[in-house]
Amino acid sequence: MLRFVLRSLLLAVLVCLTVLIISFALSRLSGNLAINIAGPDASPEAIATIEHELGLDRPLPVQFMEWASRAAHGDLGSSYMYHATVASLIASHLPVTLRLGAIAIAIAIAIAVPLGILAALNEGTWIDVGVGMVALAGQAVPSFWLGLVLILWFGVDLHWLPIAGLATWRGYVLPSFVLSFVAIPVMLRLTRGGMIDAMRADYVRTARAKGLSRASIVLKHAFRNAAMPVVAVSAVQLGFILGGSVVTEVVFNVRGVGYLAWESIGKGDFPVVQAVVLLFAIIFVLLTLFADLMGALLDPRLRG
Amino acid sequence: MRAGRLPLALGLLIVGFATLVAVFGPFFAPHDPFAQDLAHRYVPPAWLPGGSPAHWLGTDGLGRDYLSRLILGARISMLIGVSTVVLSGIIGTTLGVLGGYFGGPVDAVVMFVVSCRLAIPLILVALTVVFMVGSSLAVVVLTIGLLLWERFAVVSRAVTRQVCALDYIAAAWAAGCSRPRVILGEVLPNIAHHLVVIATIDMAIAILLEAALSFLGLGVPPPLPSWGLMIAEAKDYMFFKPWVIEVPGVALLVLVLGINLLGDGLRDLLGARTDR
Repeated sequence: MLRFVLRSLLLAVLVCLTVLIISFALSRLSGNLAINIAGPDASPEAIATIEHELGLDRPLPVQFMEWASRAAHGDLGSSYMYHATVASLIASHLPVTLRLGAIAIAIAIAIAVPLGILAALNEGTWIDVGVGMVALAGQAVPSFWLGLVLILWFGVDLHWLPIAGLATWRGYVLPSFVLSFVAIPVMLRLTRGGMIDAMRADYVRTARAKGLSRASIVLKHAFRNAAMPVVAVSAVQLGFILGGSVVTEVVFNVRGVGYLAWESIGKGDFPVVQAVVLLFAIIFVLLTLFADLMGALLDPRLRG
Repeated sequence: MRAGRLPLALGLLIVGFATLVAVFGPFFAPHDPFAQDLAHRYVPPAWLPGGSPAHWLGTDGLGRDYLSRLILGARISMLIGVSTVVLSGIIGTTLGVLGGYFGGPVDAVVMFVVSCRLAIPLILVALTVVFMVGSSLAVVVLTIGLLLWERFAVVSRAVTRQVCALDYIAAAWAAGCSRPRVILGEVLPNIAHHLVVIATIDMAIAILLEAALSFLGLGVPPPLPSWGLMIAEAKDYMFFKPWVIEVPGVALLVLVLGINLLGDGLRDLLGARTDR
């Protein structure tokens, strides 16, 4: 187990370092960073000044080492556009995104798990096919469009929920529901598959032979075994939800990290973009690490 | 009809129709999709009050015919879907087959590359790349294609390992086949049915991703009628005229649903794996 933990940790660190290099390279893809900032009409002198101030006139490896060593100490630099450090911008935008992500994954579990169990218990019937269709439809809906349509239905037509912003708890309903759509189909299929396998297993046959009630068999015996992969995957799905938060935050005008990144990309504010890419990658790596370790803890066969 | 065959039939129908529209549709479009007519802005679809049979699906904010733009948009979506999947399929399958076939350090490197790719936030990086390089159809295809290969890699690696344990691979070795011969002649044909199913999944994702990028303003550039861009352009008017976002949105939903149905049907038919 210790070897497995150490190997997973090493891998996670290596992935983070690679992403560090990628996110730096990303911001240097375009040769005219300073022109982006100064505007297309800026004089060559103004551009040279900006390049010098931001250190863009030094060799790339030097720039990278400086940025990386500062980032390792938690100093992510300053925004080109706002008069604020990147760290403070992220600190003020991150809580909203995390809150939305957490609610979204809770909604996804609440929808996907019961539907998955329902489909598994009715395997091969029209109920099963119907639930499969729900999963397919969920996968096919463009999330930004779903957001707009829900705003029209629940915000404009029915006046139940606000159309933008997070002033009250009602504001969280639509964005977190839209975010949860990313995870629902995967978790639904996984629950269904796990439950079908579990219901065929010997321990369920034993439970049946003991004359236990159906509810007790399904929930206590079968689901307990089917739940482990679902929990592990929900950690990974939370990573995907956070990474995809940019679209939903723009649709609902929520000032989270995704919105901040979108705004910064459009303005060429690359210290912010780099930092957000890095942040989401590290969160994703930590969540997958958590899922792997938990899986290995509960199932020794996965410690390979 | 058995319940299991219905998705396949429906998927074939939708994808077949979309392909026909994408290839031949623009030749039969009722109007020039780029022709502006400012006297006829936001004409509603024919079935709504105020609609006119001259514009079956109405017109947009510049008076351009919605149906004609939707048809050209189908071509853009299908083009993006097919070309990104070809690109990502080549990258992902090469990585996955190499990792699965050789195992050991090669496999470790492949899995590491896949882990790195998975850790990168897809939409943010795609947005950044498109902003940096400048938006065009080709840039969007390349960006999505270069980012979306991980499912091909994971699945082709897993099934290659299974296939390599089978007797006919050992037989090919024993018959003196070279490595490339074994990989191209024996492994690849025997994992192809898995790859077809992954191709449908990734095609659906690529089309949705392009729409999202275009919606956020860093995808297919105007005046090209990408469905995502049509929704973005119409967004500010949706409170007064909901159909301006409903029409392209439903088109997108139906196409992606059709591709997913086709993929699901093929998976059941071919007994393929789509894990992850």
